[in-house]
Order: sequence, then C-alpha cells, then structure tokens
Amino acid sequence: MNIILLLAPFSLLLALMGLVGFWWTFRANQYEDPKGDAARILYDHLEDGPEA
Amino acid sequence: MTAALAERNLSAFVRHDAEGGGRMELLVTGARCAGCMAKIEKSVAALPDVAATRFNLTTGKLAVTFAGRDGDPVRVIDTLDALGYPATPFDPAQVAQAHDREGRELAIALGVAAFGAGNAMMFTVPAWAGLFGQELEPATRELMYWLSAIVATPCALFAGMPFFRSAWNSLKRRRANMDVPITIGVLLTLIVSFSETLQHGAHAYFDAAVTLLFLLLIGRYMDHKLRARARGAARDLLALQAPVAVRLEADGGERGVPVGEIQVGDAVVVVPGDRIPVNGVIEQGSSDLDNAMITGETAAATVGPGALVHAGALNLSGRLILRVQARSEDSAIAAIARLMEAGAQSRSAYVQLADKAAALYVPVVHTLALLTFAGGWALGLGPREALLRAAAVLIVTCPCALGLAVPAVQIVASGRLFRAGVLVKSGAALERMAEVDHVVFDKTGVLTEGRPRLLDAPAQVVAMAAPLARASRHPLARALAEAAGCGDAATDIVETAGMGVEGLIDGRRARLGRAAFLGVSNRQSSETELWFGFDDDTRIRFAFEDQVRDSAAAAVRDLQALGLTVEVLSGDVAGPVARVARAAGIEHWRSGLTPFEKAAVIDALKASGRKVLMIGDGLNDAAALARAHASMAPGTAVDASQNAADLVYAGGNLSAAALAIRISRAARRRALENFAFSALYNAVAAPAAIFGLVNPFVAAIAMSGSSLVVTLNALRMNLAGGRR
Repeated sequence: MNIILLLAPFSLLLALMGLVGFWWTFRANQYEDPKGDAARILYDHLEDGPEA
Repeated sequence: MTAALAERNLSAFVRHDAEGGGRMELLVTGARCAGCMAKIEKSVAALPDVAATRFNLTTGKLAVTFAGRDGDPVRVIDTLDALGYPATPFDPAQVAQAHDREGRELAIALGVAAFGAGNAMMFTVPAWAGLFGQELEPATRELMYWLSAIVATPCALFAGMPFFRSAWNSLKRRRANMDVPITIGVLLTLIVSFSETLQHGAHAYFDAAVTLLFLLLIGRYMDHKLRARARGAARDLLALQAPVAVRLEADGGERGVPVGEIQVGDAVVVVPGDRIPVNGVIEQGSSDLDNAMITGETAAATVGPGALVHAGALNLSGRLILRVQARSEDSAIAAIARLMEAGAQSRSAYVQLADKAAALYVPVVHTLALLTFAGGWALGLGPREALLRAAAVLIVTCPCALGLAVPAVQIVASGRLFRAGVLVKSGAALERMAEVDHVVFDKTGVLTEGRPRLLDAPAQVVAMAAPLARASRHPLARALAEAAGCGDAATDIVETAGMGVEGLIDGRRARLGRAAFLGVSNRQSSETELWFGFDDDTRIRFAFEDQVRDSAAAAVRDLQALGLTVEVLSGDVAGPVARVARAAGIEHWRSGLTPFEKAAVIDALKASGRKVLMIGDGLNDAAALARAHASMAPGTAVDASQNAADLVYAGGNLSAAALAIRISRAARRRALENFAFSALYNAVAAPAAIFGLVNPFVAAIAMSGSSLVVTLNALRMNLAGGRR
C-alpha cells in the first residue's frame, strides 16, 4: 500500500506538467493562428514560431 | 477604393510607441493559403522602414511594425494590392478593443477545471470501489478522499471564479441568476465533503464539485466564442465599409483619418464615388447625392453650398468640402437614434430561454434541498445525514445539462449559418428569430439591387451615347456604360454637377444628362431617366430602373412556405414599390414612409401581437430594425443598420432569411428537447437523492451522462435534422 504514497504524488506531478504546458502554450499565443503556424515551417524566410 | 486611398495620407492609422516605432493592423482579403502568407510577409518586409510583419492566416489580419516615424502605410497597401490582396487599415481604437481578456480567463479556468476533474477522478475511482462492498479499508478510502480534496479544492475555487463573481454581482443587485445556485452548490459540496471526510464518512463529492465546473465552463466558453466571433466579424465588416475620412488640415493638406477621430468643426473632403463619412454642411462644391441608404429613395438629390448632408449618402458627381456638425443639431438623425435606443432597451428586456428555465429551476431546487434537510432531520435522520442528502439534491440537480443545453445548440446553429454567409450577433438573436411570424422587407438594396439598370433600348442608340456615359461616375451613366460594354470614351469632357456631361464624340459635340441640360421641356420629368443628343439633333431618352434581385421571388415563396406573412415598407414613391412588390410576389406594400412611420408601423404590428422580422439596409430602416422583434441587414448596409440588426448576411442573397428562420427554429426545438430531457432527468434524480439512494459514484455518472446526452442532441443540428 505504501506504493500509493509514491505513485499518487508522481501522477499528480505528471498531470501538473500537462497543466503548466497548457498554460505556457496559451501565454505564448500558440492558439492565435493555428492555420498560419502550421504552414510557417514550410518556408525558410518565415519565422516558424508563434508571434511573440 | 484602393486607388482613392493611394492619394491619401493614412498616417493616422499607425499607432506610435515611445521609441518612435509604429504599428498598424490591416484586414487583408483573399489570402487563404500558406503561399499567400509567405508572399505577403516577404513583400511587405522588403519595404523600407518596415521592421517586422506578421500575417495571421486564420483571421486574415496583417500586423506591420515600422522602424521609424517615416513608415508609409500607403506603400504597404499598394504593395498588397499589386500582389492581388486588397487591404484595409483598422482603426487603432478598434484594435485595442479587440483584445479578448474574458476569453483568455475562461480558457485558463477551463484548463484548470479539466486538470482538476481528471485528477480528482483518479483518486475518487478507487474510493468508489468501496461503495459497492469491495474490499477497501476505510483508512485507504479516507486517504483517497484527502488526496482528491487536495487536488479538487484549489482547482474548484480557481475555476469557479467566473461563476462566483457573476453570482455576487447578481446578488448585489438583489437578483438571482443561474450562477447563484451553481455557486451555492459548489461551495456547499466542498464543505459537506470536508466535513464527511473528517468524520470518516463514505460520501465525499470533491470530484463532483470540480467536474460540475468543468462541464459548465465548456458551455460558458462556447457561448463566449460565439459572441467573440460575431463581434470580430462585425468589426471586419465595418473596417471594410468606412476606412477613412479625408480631413482638410489647417495647412491645406489632406489627411486620411479614422472616422471616429473627426471632430465637430473639422473640414472634410468627399470625392465623387465616396460615401459622406459624417453629418455636415456643404461649404464648397456641388454634387448629386444618392440618398438611397438614408431615405430609401432611388432618385439622386442635387445639393450645393449650405445644404445639410447625412453620413451614408453616396457622392456621385462633384468634389465636396463639408463642415462637420454635431449629431444633436440634426433633429432627424437624433430622433432616429432615440428610437433605436428605445428599441435596444425593449430588446434587452427579452428573457432568454435559459434564464426562463433558471427562474423556474432556482426556487424549486432550493426549496427541495431545504425541505430535504428540514424534513429529514424532523423525521429522525440526524442533522449530518439530512445535510448530506440536501447536498446530494443540489449536486445531482445542478444545472450542468441546463448550462450546456442552450449554448451547445446555439454554437452549432450559428456555425451552420456562418458557413452559409449569415453572421449571428448573439444567442438571444437566434431565439427571437425562431419566434418570428411576419417579415417586413425594405425595398431599395434589399429586394432590389440598389443600383439602376437600363431598360430596353436599341443597341445602336446605346452605343452612340456610351462614350459620354463612360466619362461619368453618375450611377445612371454607369448603368448605361455597363449596358454598352467596353469601348472608347468621349474627349473634352466637361461635367456639370447635378446636370450632366458634355464632350466630343468623333468630333461632334454631344450632351448626356437631365432633360433641362439638353433643353428638353420637362413634360413628365422622372429622376430615373437620362437624355442624350448631339448638338442640333434629336434628343433620345433612356429610362432606368432598380432591378429586383433574382433571389427575391424564390426567397419570398420560401418564407411563405414557412407560414410567414410578408410585407414591403419603403420610403420610395408608390410606382416603383408596387412594381417591385409584384415582381417579388408580395401582396402587401406601403410606400412613401419616413423612418419614423416605418418604426411606427413596426410598433403597431408589435402591438397587435405579431412578431416581426425586419430586413433593411438604410439609415431610414435603422429605427425599424432596432424596434422589430428580430432584424437582418445585408453586409452592404450602413453602420447604424448593421449595428441595429441581429443578423448580418453576406452579399444580397435573400434566401438567407428563410435559412436563418429554419435553422433558428430547429435550434429552438433542440434547446426545448434538451430542457425536456433535463427536466426528466431531474424528476428521477431529485427523488433518488432525497431518499438517500445517491452516492458519489451515481452522482458523477448522472452528471456527466446528462451533459453528454444534451451535447449530442445539439450536434444533431449539423445532421439532416437541422435541415427540416
């Protein structure tokens, strides 16, 4: 049963990473232009990240 | 339009920052592919003084950052135009407004709620095993509940903020909206769950509190998206409509500025082909004005110095300089504005379906929960068990399905309409649209194309007059030139505002214009005719009329098939109105109405119990649009009418009206089905909770199950069901 004390915080940590990831993508404007961002990688002269 | 822009100074559209750089946003039309984006960014970035460009392929907006003060917006627009993408600058005030803070807050809350719901569930599922007699030590169950509490409580408190705030604001105004029972439900659930866990009980609902918020936030976010999308599209339409007003500066220069920056007393230049941007008095110049947008009349009016002109009128022939007047000085327009305001007020009093449901739901559920607590205690359950059951009643009946029932349907319905070129401004607009039983059309620009067409004339006569017609911007001359097709223009052109044009055709002097301009005696002078003749030769008369749209008759038949009655209200004279009504298959029509009479007719219809849908585009329709039960305006309408209308449809496609009514009726049906389902669900769940048959597992299944059913039913709108 002790394993729960290890697994529970560990699984929470994983999920929290997901939440922080979502937060970061949101703050970094990654949902502003999904169509454009998908295409930017195809062109050398365009910056391929989202708008700062 | 772009050619006219090129002559202007558009620096007012650039917002300068402290370091001297500037930023401008443009709406670019026609760029749909990745290649377009690459081409646009490459070409604009290559311009001098441009520091950075960023094109948003999803929204079609281009942001340009200039390095210094010398950045030239006109060159950017010309470059885009040369590439084949017409661009319009956004008013900086609108760019600042577009920032969507509420949407960001809701999205973050939704993310946190999703995290909380998933992870609280992870600890709650093992605890559920114990509820059905499987082996689970009370100590382990308690550990699980505590872990669940650690995750769910902060998440619920954070994600619930939008609801808590709204509930608090509503309570401060001594009213109870749907967020009040949600707030009470969530907070009571958390408190009861803590007290249960502390007392080693088996019934803790930490997961339910945060799952509830998660499901509700989905509905809230969808509702917000719907409104934000409509606002964005409306802003784009307005940017395309009135890009600039040209202000005459003290030094004699001309400068293009956003219309909002024009102040009373400014001098404004209006060239032929442009719309009058603001109300004012003519200081210099004379011209013909097309007032169709304002009064509905097709005939052009001749104006000269001292005349009062209204925003929205199209300048046809001469360059005008206006002195801008205060809005309040103009009694007619101010009166229309007052009528519109009153209409908007009566509209905001409209109670939406969801609020009607809430008004019924809130007192019933709260009384039920209170009775459960009091009755349970009185009948010997003990305060702890009684409170637990009361909390269970609040949890299982909490309005998840209710909160999703309407937004889910409305977002699907407005998405379908959006794809068909109809923009829905709000969910309430869709609900009102479904109740409509009488349709009122404006004539000019709605049933008709809003521009004249040549009535049958011999081809060789048309070809003879065409060279003069090609030299003029007057709509009648343009219609004549259009009928003749391509060819040479006359030379030595002299245009007299309000009269006509004179010039040389193959060395012979000829005139095209009003009867008086050609010396023809005014027998039955009509504003929709042109006279043409060579010097000392016979005079020829051309007649024009505003053509009825091809889609009009079919659209009217469609509306009648839906059981609606149709009527035309026009500001034009009786003859053309009767003709158009006959062509469109409409029996009832009224002509010669002022804007106030139009609004009065709508009010009278309303008083007799009819639910009126008004479709109009002019300033003369704005008051009627605002006062009707529901209203539609084409995308070509004046600002005021687009603002007053609930729905805006693209192009002149009148079939949009019947489609919008069909879809809004289907949406209403789906929403009512969803309410019926929620009621049925509550009728089963509430007694179960009162008699203590609900445990946390049952509550979680019931809550998400009912939300799922409601959402799936809404999605049926996209299938054949919505087409009925």
